[in-house]
Formats: sequence, structure tokens, C-alpha cells
Amino acid sequence: MNEAKPSALVQVREVTKRFDGATAVDNVSLDILRGELFAILGSSGCGKTTLLRMLAGFEQPTSGRILIDGVDMTEVPPYERPVNLMFQSYALFPHMTVEQNVAYGLKKERVPGAQIRERVAEMLALVKLAPLAARKPDKLSGGEKQRVALARALVKRPKLLLLDEPLAALDKKLREHTQFELANLQYQLGTTFVVVTHDQDEAMTLASRIAVMAEGRIAQIGTPAEVYEYPANRYVAGFVGNINLIDGRVSGAANGRLTLRSDALDAELAVACDDPGAVNGEVCVAVRPEKITISRQPPEGADRNVVKGIVRDLGYFGDQSLYRVRTKSGAVVQVSAQNLRRSAKLVVEWDDEVYLSWDVGSTILLRS
Amino acid sequence: MSDNSNGNGGHSLRWLRRAVSVPYLWLLLFFLAPFLIILKISVAEPIVAQPPFTPLLEWGAAGFEGIRVTFSNFAFLFQDGYYGIIYLASLKMAAIGTLFCLLLGYPMAYYIARQPAQRRHLLLLAVILPFWISFLLRVYAWIGLLSNRGLINEFLLGIGLIDRPLPMLYNDFAVYLGIVYSYLPFMILPLYSNLERLNLDLLDAAADLGARRWQAFVDVTLPLSVPGIIGGCLLVFIPAVGEFTIPALLGGADTLMIGRVLWDEFFIARDWPVASAVSVVLLLLLIAPIMWFQRLQSREHEAGR
Repeated sequence: MNEAKPSALVQVREVTKRFDGATAVDNVSLDILRGELFAILGSSGCGKTTLLRMLAGFEQPTSGRILIDGVDMTEVPPYERPVNLMFQSYALFPHMTVEQNVAYGLKKERVPGAQIRERVAEMLALVKLAPLAARKPDKLSGGEKQRVALARALVKRPKLLLLDEPLAALDKKLREHTQFELANLQYQLGTTFVVVTHDQDEAMTLASRIAVMAEGRIAQIGTPAEVYEYPANRYVAGFVGNINLIDGRVSGAANGRLTLRSDALDAELAVACDDPGAVNGEVCVAVRPEKITISRQPPEGADRNVVKGIVRDLGYFGDQSLYRVRTKSGAVVQVSAQNLRRSAKLVVEWDDEVYLSWDVGSTILLRS
Repeated sequence: MSDNSNGNGGHSLRWLRRAVSVPYLWLLLFFLAPFLIILKISVAEPIVAQPPFTPLLEWGAAGFEGIRVTFSNFAFLFQDGYYGIIYLASLKMAAIGTLFCLLLGYPMAYYIARQPAQRRHLLLLAVILPFWISFLLRVYAWIGLLSNRGLINEFLLGIGLIDRPLPMLYNDFAVYLGIVYSYLPFMILPLYSNLERLNLDLLDAAADLGARRWQAFVDVTLPLSVPGIIGGCLLVFIPAVGEFTIPALLGGADTLMIGRVLWDEFFIARDWPVASAVSVVLLLLLIAPIMWFQRLQSREHEAGR
């Protein structure tokens, strides 16, 4: 068994969960560090909720272990874990007031009454719900319910707080606001948060680290910037943010660089590679739309990949514009550009012949 | 254009009003009208005639002579301790029968509500299947099971477990059994429809907050199923109080229930006014819990907004 590293609060070790033959979680191992806001990101059915339910204790792994604070929790029932979960549906008890909802967990812990009142009041003040303490949940707005659910889970001072799609039920404006409140709260309390979400923006803005899950496996773990700028594989690259995926054939390798021929773009592209000799045949490279410069004149400067095309679509958003540029062979490249200079006339228009260029360093080599 | 649509709106509104008035019409025709007739008879005096009571409005040679109302039948009910005892006995039997229905029906409803959908429908069908056979026949069938020479006693005697038949028929036990057997579906169905709607996340939330399974049941499932419990209990209790068939077929001579007294007053004593008074009082006794339930429901409905 692995020694518990002092910084890892949660250690998931080779956990697999099967339901009637279907594998929901497939040999997942990961560490969640003390005090971090960790996000598990994936589309529906990727196994993220099952993983969360195993952390909470509602499901038992088919195989593998889960350690929390160095203690094996694999067989421990939910009511004995130092873990609380904020449900996606909030799951507030409809027959109890806000105050009773928040106090429930402490009552089950047999905390003395005076302390319960004190801690509940403190928690309600923290989430700014003190004036609504006597209300029933059905008299609350969505945002208020979300805060009650949060207060109810946090009042037990769990070592680990799990949040299942915490913002999914809120409307867009409230979501952005709540997102920052949640991150602030986590910073204030220092509790370890694990957020499960299908929303990449939510994961990117909230989390200190993200685990991207696909088909029951971890596709990549890293900081938001790592996951965005250095996606480990084609799935992560396509799932997080917009990206242009380009298939090609290796045509040369030299000086830590790989050159490839893309028929779709009708161009030779270069990409940085630690061991160019080890890669050959069909490869996939990618580039983010905002890394591409669009111009009507041929671009200057070395170390740039250049592609020619015609503007087929143009979306003007004020602060930025989105272009869809078609190459001679019919492939479409997405480009986004900040509108840095004030001008009522667009520099690039529909049907313009344009050059697209980007740094070799911005090109992502995807090996799988 | 707008005039036209307005006209349509008015038209559909009229239709809506008509549709809404149907239940009221129903109540008026089949509840209020018979009740008023019974009420009228209950304030008349018994006479040997056809019909066997005095008319409400007196018509003489000179035309309308006045209204004749007497409360002597009600006074008689209250003075004669016999009726009070029977009312109480009926309420007690119905209450105990309802309690047994609840104790038996709750776990059944709970179990059905937690089954996969396919199985749930099958089990519900099993619950309502007995309705396909006449109620009278089903109650009658118990005689064959419970009597001294019935199936159960014969079997127990046969295997030597007892040497004298157990007295299971023509006593209160048989009546309770009949009530529980006959009314159990009325308990299970409202309970089921309540328990089936329970958000299972709430139970997970309770477990997450430190509640064991039985605690989650006591703290969450049980309080949230109170409307189902009340609904089921009323559906069993109200008809059970006035039950006639079950005590008549399965009860003993000493099983006193108001339904039997009603029958005796109507058909044996032929005292229609007293019989009517008995049923008016019974109705008033039963309206109280219904009104209480209505208030509880409307309060819940308001809270649900």
C-alpha cells in the first residue's frame, strides 16, 4: 500500500466500478491535495458522478481503495465519513425550515444544542441567509436554495466537500456571480472542495486542478492552463475549449521539431517535439483559434506555420471576431481575433483571401 | 381580428365554467339532495302509513297549514345511552381496523414504491385485483375459512396443533379481519402514490449528513408521507365506521356497529325518522375529520407555492 503523502487528502487507488457488466469507472487513480479546489470534468455518462458517489460512500468500488486523510474509507458508510455532499438537486428537506435543514447534520452528530444554534447561525451568516432562517425551502429562490445546501454541507466542517454540478440549476447571470462566491468561500474556509461538472468554463474558473474524465477513465489531470494549453490527447483537446484539429503525415524531423504534411490544409506544418525520431506516420496536431493571426498580406517572421484560405463566415462580437476560413481542399479553420484597434470598417471581410499563421510553439502535438 | 379572438376567449371561458360546474352538479344531485331528504325524514315523526313518517309541510283543507319539525328523534338518540355506546364502538372498531390497515399497508406500499417500474405495476395490479370479485362474495368467503369447520380450523385440527376449533368467526376478531382485508387497498394506494414520489436524493442527503437508514426513515420518509397516511386512513376509516356487510356477515351477536343498527331501525323497527337521525349524526361525526384533512391539504398546497 502507498504511504500517505502529507499533502494528499484523498487518494483514489485503481478504483473500478461496474454496474451489471457496464464499467462506469475504469481503473482510476488520483490524488486530491489538502485545501485545493479540484474539479472532475466530463460529459454525461463519463463516470464522474459515480466517482463522486464513491467518494461520498453511496457506492462501493468493485475493486480498488479510497483513502481519505490516510484512512481507508472504501467500506465506510456515508454517515461515518468526514465528507459531505452538496447535491445537484440540493435535496433540501422540504418539511424543515432553512435553520432545521442546516442543523440536521449536527443533530445527527449529537452536538449540544447551544453549539448547534451557534454554528448554524454562524454558517447562515456566512452564506448570507440569516434573515431567511425560518423559511421552508419551497419559499426560496434557486440561488438561496443553493446556499442552504452549501451551508448544510459545510456546517459539519467536513474534511472534504463534494459538489455535484453546483451551479447547473442556476441561471447564467447568477451562475457567474455564485462561481466567484464559491471560490471565495473555499479560500476562506480552506476546506478541500471537489466539484463535479460537465461545464468546462465552470471547471476552468473554479478549480486549481482539473481531472478530465472520458469513458470511465482519467484523460488528463492538470491545472486549467495545463489542460487548455497542453492537452494530453485528442479527447481533452476537443472537450476543453475550441480547437482546430489537423491530421497529417510526418514528412521530416530535425532539431526537436517535426514537420508534417496536411492535405486538408494544403500546407507543411511544424510542431515542437522532444523525440521527433519516435513519431512517424499519421499524426494529429491542433491549434487554438486565438493563437492564429489572420491577415490579407503574407505574414512576416520565422517559425510560423502558414495556411491560405477564404473567409466563409464572420462573427463580429465587438470585443472580438470569429472567422471560419476555408482552405482550397475544403477544410475549415476557426480563428478568433481581438479587435484591438477602433475601426468601423472590418479589416478582413467575407470572401477575402487571407493568410492564417501561428507560432510553431503554439502548435499542439497530440499523440493519442 | 382582436374582437374575434375575444369572442373565442369568452366562449372557451364559458365552457370552462360549465366543465367546472359538473362536479358541483354531481355533488348537488347525488349527495346534497339525498342528504336533504334524509334530514327531512329525521325531523319527522314515525307513523304507520306509506311512507312511514309525517310530512314536513302540512296541507289541510284550507291549504298550507304550516311546517312540522320535531327534534325528538335526535333527543331520543342522546337520551338512550345505547346509541352513544354503539357510535363509540363503531368509531373504535373502525379506528383499530384503520390502524391495522396502516401497519400492514405502509410496509407494503413502501416495498412496492421501491421496486423497478415494471414490477411496481404488477404488484399494484395484484393490490387492486380483488376488486374484480364482488365485495359481498369476498366477505362471505371468509366464513368458509374461519368457521369452526372451516379450512383453517380443519387444517390445524388435522395436523394436531389444536384439539378444539379456534373461535375465529362471529366475533370482533372476524370483523377486524374483514375490515383489514376489505379496505387494505384503500390504504395502500394513497400511501404508494405518496411514497413513490419521494425524492430519493433526500435519503442520500440524510445519510450524508450522518443519519442511519432508520433515522433517515423517521426524519425524512415518515414526515413526508403524512399526507398519504392521512389520505389512506380517511379512505379506510370513513367507510369502516358505517360498515354493514362485514359485521353482519362475520360479526357476532355482541358486535355492535352503527351500520347494523341503521339496518335494524329501517327494516325491522321500520322507524325511518330515528334511522335517518342515526345517519345524520353519523355523517356529522365523519365530516369533522374530512374537513380537518381538507384544511391540512389546502395549507400544504399553499406551502407548496
